[in-house]
Amino acid sequence: MKIIVCIKQVPDTAHVKLDPVTHTLKREGVASIINPFDLFALEAALRLREEAQGSIHVLSMGPPQAAEAIKEAIGYGVDEGLLLSDRAFAGADTWATTAALAAGVRMLGGADLVICGKQAVDGDTAQVGPGLAQRLGLPHVAFVKGWRECAADHLVVERQMDDGFDLVRLPLPGLMTVVREVGEPRPPSLKGKMRAKKYEVPLAGAAALGLGEAEVGLAGSFTQVVEVFAPPASGQRQMIEAPAEEAGRLVIDHLVRDQIIRLGS
Amino acid sequence: MDYFLSEEQLMIRDLCRQIAEERIKPVRAELDEKEEFPHAIMKALAQADLYGLIIPEQYGGLGGGCLENCIAVEELSRACVGVSTSFAASFLGAYPILLFGSEEQKSRYLGQIATGEQMAAFALTESAAGSDAGSIQTQAKLVGDEYILNGSKQWITNGGEAGIYSVIAITDRSKGPRGASAFIVEAGDPGFSAGKKEVKMGIRASTTAELIFHDCKIPKDRLIGREGMGFVVAMRTFDKSRPGVGAQAVGLAQGALDEAAAFARTRKQFDKPIINFQAVAHMLADMATKIEAGRALVYSVARYMDSGAKDISKVSAMAKLFPTDMAMDVTTQAVQVMGGHGYMRDYPVEKMMRDAKVLQIYEGTNQIQRNVIGQELNKEYGRKG
Repeated sequence: MKIIVCIKQVPDTAHVKLDPVTHTLKREGVASIINPFDLFALEAALRLREEAQGSIHVLSMGPPQAAEAIKEAIGYGVDEGLLLSDRAFAGADTWATTAALAAGVRMLGGADLVICGKQAVDGDTAQVGPGLAQRLGLPHVAFVKGWRECAADHLVVERQMDDGFDLVRLPLPGLMTVVREVGEPRPPSLKGKMRAKKYEVPLAGAAALGLGEAEVGLAGSFTQVVEVFAPPASGQRQMIEAPAEEAGRLVIDHLVRDQIIRLGS
Repeated sequence: MDYFLSEEQLMIRDLCRQIAEERIKPVRAELDEKEEFPHAIMKALAQADLYGLIIPEQYGGLGGGCLENCIAVEELSRACVGVSTSFAASFLGAYPILLFGSEEQKSRYLGQIATGEQMAAFALTESAAGSDAGSIQTQAKLVGDEYILNGSKQWITNGGEAGIYSVIAITDRSKGPRGASAFIVEAGDPGFSAGKKEVKMGIRASTTAELIFHDCKIPKDRLIGREGMGFVVAMRTFDKSRPGVGAQAVGLAQGALDEAAAFARTRKQFDKPIINFQAVAHMLADMATKIEAGRALVYSVARYMDSGAKDISKVSAMAKLFPTDMAMDVTTQAVQVMGGHGYMRDYPVEKMMRDAKVLQIYEGTNQIQRNVIGQELNKEYGRKG
């Protein structure tokens, strides 16, 4: 099975802050990491390779320093990487991003399975995976938490839902986005890290991918980010002052009324 | 301190530190409390290739030496010695095969150990044979194409968890210590089973169990080396493994200092952090100094052994003796610095103090280490005279 995993380099979310004046992300001094959900995608790929053999390619779009994310993925044991990097890609929304990624998948000769994390922790759209499937004309299942069957021409996957999960047959070639429950990412391996140190990440720009400037980046985007801001704290709170047991009951009443919880019959 | 580690050695240190922080620290108290073998952590260590650290490359390992092993074990021990014992015991079981095994034995077993597919264990100790290893009773008798083993082993680390066991048994009682031989026993061999699992003071995440051989039949090609080499195999194995125990002690003591120093900076009494009291600062200063001395000794001895030196018994014993006595002292002082907090299970140092004790006992008590060093000194000065 040939698997392509799409990953994104993002600022370390544990440390990212908004500049209160400019309302933009303060990136200075903030380390870059692989989007945490993409680590679950990598883990899913590594487990599928253990089960079905084959190869794993990792694909990313980003500035030249995103090569570090590809190298990190090599450290986890993936076979090859490809970084799509070009000034023309800057400012891409999810639609323009999928144009570049789809071209990247084609450049790699396609795959039996494309795996993405369910969303990136910086943009939080959860659109790139499904959008990429659309671009490639592949069937896709989002929010996959595991699989029951792994065959040459299909997977039977568990799609996480609010009230349980759906069992879905995903014909291959296909695409899935995965959630945390797919499995805790393993640590990098020593052999992988040693290989990563020497690994030269292949790069491809718009021209190499056969993409025109109007298709990618800001020019190829339907949406633009106008402003990023932190929602102001509303300061609304209600104090319940009562003996513990009664206060507990009042809190429960509130939560039921706001439909946050539902009491069993 | 800069110990001039290579880029690869730094990579090993950083990876082990990451695993210790992310995988071991969050669960160590629970593993200790429940006396539970850390299967998930062992799997992560296998996926990180760490079981292949000292296995030669031709058998699927990374071909590292004693120093690489010490660096890894030190970092894991900084978080939990119960976990690092389970990990390091696999190498203890692998050394007899690595040092004395036939080419066939090496290709059959070392690959499985390197991937972590099978853990190994080393079985020498018996109920009546601890420091006096010469009085072991377990017998191996050659009948046709098979050896038949009878007897039992006691306090075997990874007993029941390992798939591959290096076992010392008597093949000719009339020859005394020269009548012992080393064998490879596999978990599924007929007549072989794991018995009672011990309940321990410390390193409770590791499994310590009895091994029972009841007419256990193994093919005769499982003999390691030749008949009569059993004690040579055991002693050379310990020579190789002892600095690793020293590294466990250095890591453990460092972990205790980390806790005690951080606590002393935030705990206020008489309106100031207790680290500002000379009595406390001096305790921490002594702890840090002794840890650095222990680390310097372990790394130097490991480098000396990796250089191919043959006369390693004395320095290897020193690299176990000093750091393990030091770790008992440092962990006890860490509890003292933290006072009542240190004595409570809410903080990790009481566990560290319990874990430290076994390092002075296993893989040769520290009294036996002094015997080894003393005997070597006697030989050295005899030659000089």
